[in-house]
Amino acid sequence: MRNTFIKTLVQLAELDKRIFVITPDLGFSVLEEFEQKFPDRFLNVGIAEANAVSIAAGLALSGKIVYVYSIMPFVTMRPFEQIRVDVAYMNTNVRLIGVGAGITYGPAGATHHSIEDLAIMRALPNMAVFAPSDPYEVEKITEESVHHQGPMYFRLAKKGEPIISNPTHTLCLGKANIIKENPQNKITLLFTSNASDIALEVEEQLSQHGFASDLISMHTLKPFDYDTLEVLLKSKDFIFTIEEHSLIGGLGSVVSEYIAESHYRPIFKRFGLPDEYSHYVGSQYFIREKLGFTSRNITDTIMSLV
Amino acid sequence: MNLNTIANSIRRSIVKMNARSKASHSGTALSTVDILTVLYFKTLNIDPKNPLHVNRDKFILSKGHGSSALYATLAERGFFDKSLLEGFYLDGGILPGHLDKEAVPGVEVSSGSLGHGLSLGLGMAIANKVDGRDSKVYVMCGDGELNEGSMWEAIMFAPCQQLKNLTLIIDYNKLQGYGRTNEVINLEPLSDKFTAFNWDVFEINGHDYTEIESALTQTTQKPKVIIAHTIKGKGVSYMENQFVWHYKSPNEEQLQQALSELI
Repeated sequence: MRNTFIKTLVQLAELDKRIFVITPDLGFSVLEEFEQKFPDRFLNVGIAEANAVSIAAGLALSGKIVYVYSIMPFVTMRPFEQIRVDVAYMNTNVRLIGVGAGITYGPAGATHHSIEDLAIMRALPNMAVFAPSDPYEVEKITEESVHHQGPMYFRLAKKGEPIISNPTHTLCLGKANIIKENPQNKITLLFTSNASDIALEVEEQLSQHGFASDLISMHTLKPFDYDTLEVLLKSKDFIFTIEEHSLIGGLGSVVSEYIAESHYRPIFKRFGLPDEYSHYVGSQYFIREKLGFTSRNITDTIMSLV
Repeated sequence: MNLNTIANSIRRSIVKMNARSKASHSGTALSTVDILTVLYFKTLNIDPKNPLHVNRDKFILSKGHGSSALYATLAERGFFDKSLLEGFYLDGGILPGHLDKEAVPGVEVSSGSLGHGLSLGLGMAIANKVDGRDSKVYVMCGDGELNEGSMWEAIMFAPCQQLKNLTLIIDYNKLQGYGRTNEVINLEPLSDKFTAFNWDVFEINGHDYTEIESALTQTTQKPKVIIAHTIKGKGVSYMENQFVWHYKSPNEEQLQQALSELI
């Protein structure tokens, strides 16, 4: 995802001189092409995230479109109050690009995990929250980001994720990306960001049990596609959300808030990470197992409900 | 109109605003007025009739709790009608206690949380440089604001960009939220610190118009910092250098006394 992001951004920057990239000293082996092609529009501000975000806002107030790139906690939580005032409150064209969604950086430890970012970022007025499930979504929304007015947050995984989108589908911010849907299906799996692999496994496992299910990538948590959710609630009996994020405040919260205030009463359950920091040492997949966030557990739970 | 007359008019607006609204920060606002007067009536390339002109100079009041001074100065300079000052900090007014850039023309950034303004100014100065504009960026911070770590991130970074179009003005009024600035965290030797961080340093009396204008207009090859020694509450005898006027607002009797002194 991060390689798709920067490749797309380099192409856009060839045509649009407003595009800037700022890094607080991260992005080694990712940002070099941008730096070499556009040295006047690339800033490494040093390990100083607060300064990075406010400089970005200052540039944006001067007409630039500024992408601040870092590992997720350092571009969301470390400079949060700068984001709140200089980016969200002033509604500036700053794009916060976080890499390492959820527990992507597994063995690096919990300082580098990001299980709270969706909750935090979607609480900010004006902030668009984009959590792509595959590189195709990254490419299309990066293209759209040049024209979007106001701030955006990108929750990227890392690299090597497969494309699961149908490339003939038009993608845009705030609209669900339907990977697989059949009006006859009674089960819908809504997922976001780097939980796409788990969602696909669950869909496969359910089908082995004889249950067909929809697969829908909710790549934008804000503005959320409530229209699609409304359509699903009218026709589906079972709605499940899957995300590699704390169960507090992410996709599951968005959907449950809507359902709670509606008259629909589907069988609904959220799947995500527990409200705890991981002290396990191991890969993303190892830690998922330890935290119980696996396709097998999710499938078993769903099978107990259908 | 001479600068002193203008500054007194701005100060009268400030004490009236704070008396009417019972808002804090009268002393904070008053220490900045002479510098704001020189900036807005002598130095800045601005046009109140075209406040978003792309080649304008920009001024950022990073110490956003001194908002009444900037609002009053902008009104004095003709950016908006002085009658709007009457709603400052009050139900239905459009001027909040800390700066909102959407409130009125001339307010370049929203502020109120300390330690943001210099970095915002850095971004604007870099944009000017990249776009080949001669426009300048001026940022005013409080002395207590230098306690914020983000200030020093920006102070370290600015000289690396050779930003000779950026000026930081420190309103060194020696008082902050909980006591005397240099008793809370000692800033001294402040001038030496900026010299060591590779800034060009000017140390002036922040109430002397000649010194202010001279420091603002001197060209440098590095970012410029003006350490302006000021008096909190300047111009109102009972407020001057009195910590309590970080918080208090004048009652009717005090307001009348202040107005009688500001002529």
